[in-house]
Amino acid sequence: MRHIISILIENEAGALSRVAGLFSARGYNIESLTVAPTQDPSLSRMTLVTSGSDEIIEQITKQLNKLIDVVKLIDISESSHIERELMMVKVRAVNGAREEIKRLTDIFRGKIIDVTPGTFVIEITGEKSKVDAFLGSLTEESIIEVVRSGTSGILRGDRGLTL
Amino acid sequence: MELSGAEIVIQCLKDEGVEYIFGYPGGAVLHIYDALFRQEDVKHILVRHEQGATHAADGYARATGLPGVVLVTSGPGATNAVTGIATAYMDSIPMVVLSGQVPLPVIGSDAFQECDTVGITRPCVKHNFLVKDVHKLAETIKKAFYIATTGRPGPVVVDIPKDITDPKIKIPYEYPRSVTLRSYHPSVKGHRWQIKKAVELLLSAKRPMVYSGGGVVLGNAASELTRLVDLLGFPITNTLMGLGAYPATAQHFVGMLGMHGTYEANMAMHDCDVLLAVGARFDDRVTGKIAEFCPYAKIVHIDVDPASISKTVRVDVPIVGEVASVLSDICDMIQGGERRPDPDALAAWWDRISHWQKVDCLRFDRSGTVIKPQYVVEQLYEATRGEAFITSDVGQHQMWAAQFYKFDKPRRWINSGGLGTMGFGMPAAIGVKLAHPDADVCCVTGEASIQMCIQELATALQYRTPIKIVNLNNGYMGMVRQWQEFSYESRYSHSYLETIPDFVKLAEAYGHVGMRIEKSADVRPALEEALKLKDRTVFMDFLTDPTENVYPMIESGKAHNDMRLAPGMSDERELA
Repeated sequence: MRHIISILIENEAGALSRVAGLFSARGYNIESLTVAPTQDPSLSRMTLVTSGSDEIIEQITKQLNKLIDVVKLIDISESSHIERELMMVKVRAVNGAREEIKRLTDIFRGKIIDVTPGTFVIEITGEKSKVDAFLGSLTEESIIEVVRSGTSGILRGDRGLTL
Repeated sequence: MELSGAEIVIQCLKDEGVEYIFGYPGGAVLHIYDALFRQEDVKHILVRHEQGATHAADGYARATGLPGVVLVTSGPGATNAVTGIATAYMDSIPMVVLSGQVPLPVIGSDAFQECDTVGITRPCVKHNFLVKDVHKLAETIKKAFYIATTGRPGPVVVDIPKDITDPKIKIPYEYPRSVTLRSYHPSVKGHRWQIKKAVELLLSAKRPMVYSGGGVVLGNAASELTRLVDLLGFPITNTLMGLGAYPATAQHFVGMLGMHGTYEANMAMHDCDVLLAVGARFDDRVTGKIAEFCPYAKIVHIDVDPASISKTVRVDVPIVGEVASVLSDICDMIQGGERRPDPDALAAWWDRISHWQKVDCLRFDRSGTVIKPQYVVEQLYEATRGEAFITSDVGQHQMWAAQFYKFDKPRRWINSGGLGTMGFGMPAAIGVKLAHPDADVCCVTGEASIQMCIQELATALQYRTPIKIVNLNNGYMGMVRQWQEFSYESRYSHSYLETIPDFVKLAEAYGHVGMRIEKSADVRPALEEALKLKDRTVFMDFLTDPTENVYPMIESGKAHNDMRLAPGMSDERELA
């Protein structure tokens, strides 16, 4: 099953490689990994999407907790949460296709953020499934390049991952 | 007090109470070595290879419970230390390794003797640091000792660029009395509710078993373990790493378990209905086939490391906490209540165990003049009255030492259980001897393992650490040969050492005493003679039976009740 693990980690050189190294050393999957500093510059927040049986996920959270640089973590997929991914996609857009792509972008509540006579850059934000769906609605020949941020997530309600 | 970075390193070690540091100088640590030269409190042991430094520090740590401290230079100094760091990591040994690094401005430029020490050691340390500011040096070293010695112990590397130790830059020094890390809270006390559940389960057991590991030794919990076992009257088995945590000669001990454990220990594991696992990690060499591990048992597991719990085997009552305090709490709770284990069930269980014991699974052939390796260990046990510190390398000799030397006290049995590092034993013995100069320290080894760190014989002479080397020389990498016999139709692919040095001359060349023993009758007299040479390192080269195998054996992927006994030996069904 897919799990989204949010991690507060010391914002220090090498902290990211400790997490990445743990996953490769123990053979765990990483679907995506995002990391950036929080409002407290000494802390980074990481969102790690992984998959595995309950036993493996339990080991992953225990092993992550064991890393000295990991301050706190939570598996947000176990509770009500919001997840978002940002994608920018550059597409060929000429003649009649320009109008079609514009309409598609509106349906997905995306934005066209760069325009040239032959291309658009489209920004789409949403859950992974929505981003996947938008990509699936484009023809393969029209896509020039795709860049995705990986999933970030946050708990709904009062609860949160804070110190 | 104003000190340079190099002086700070040494002053930190003094303030930490470090007696010995094991190391080898080189360019990046020359400032530190100069500071070391100008003081006498911290004693430096110059090894002949950095691997030896880590193993010697490791042996010192295992024998004392104090952290082992290592000082190596950058590049090859650090990479040579990696095997010893990984060895300590696998067995959770407290160790602090200070490594030199090229100066900060040239890091990343492929400078002379540069390597990414923090990157290379990351997967085999509890934590590591690169010091980038001399003002943070003392605090970092304090953190290193704190992390290495608390919770589940382990090695910590502190990588120190050369410019950080510049003797010309002096800064105010103060060693922090304590440190706290917001991200690190080694847990101490077990959860009371979990302890209550464990007690209920233990008291309801009909066929109980205690399985204890290295965590009991590391957690200094041997007396608490003994108290619990004696209180309940349960049978107990120790892992390879746990030997000595419960006295081997005490009545409740049924021997080591696992791949080369005793028949009775493994059969009792298989049939038990309640298993109490203490400071053990369900290693594959212990569990055998996971799917058939303790099939009838409810399992209680006490461990300081939550990640050890339910890692390979799901347990029913997990208790996270330091084993000594949890075991005390369990004892107190039992003693505070009326209930005791069912005596009839326990008597019937012991009766069954005694049938398994009648198989006498460690029996070996005592006829003939060819030296049996088991006999050497047995005689060593008697000649040292079971009081020696025994280090070992890895292979058949290690298993025989574990099977035939009856350890009654913790920290007497010092071996590389997790990583299985050949070359560990002799440098480790040097570390042990420094910690316990008046004790007999013997390294049980083989002709293949001993050659992996043989250069440390020079260290043993320089620092007058008279150790006794018991070399069980059968000409083969014995354990490899044994597996090839069992699993590869005796195709002995590259396990025979065609050219073996004359160990007697070799020992003499290093300034020690060498002895060659070729007949069974000469074993005991040779041991007695060697042990009498209190101030000399003695290399005893025992030419042993090259065909001898380690029995019993659970072959890879088999269950506890599917053991291979020595040829001609019958299991209990046939005995009955």
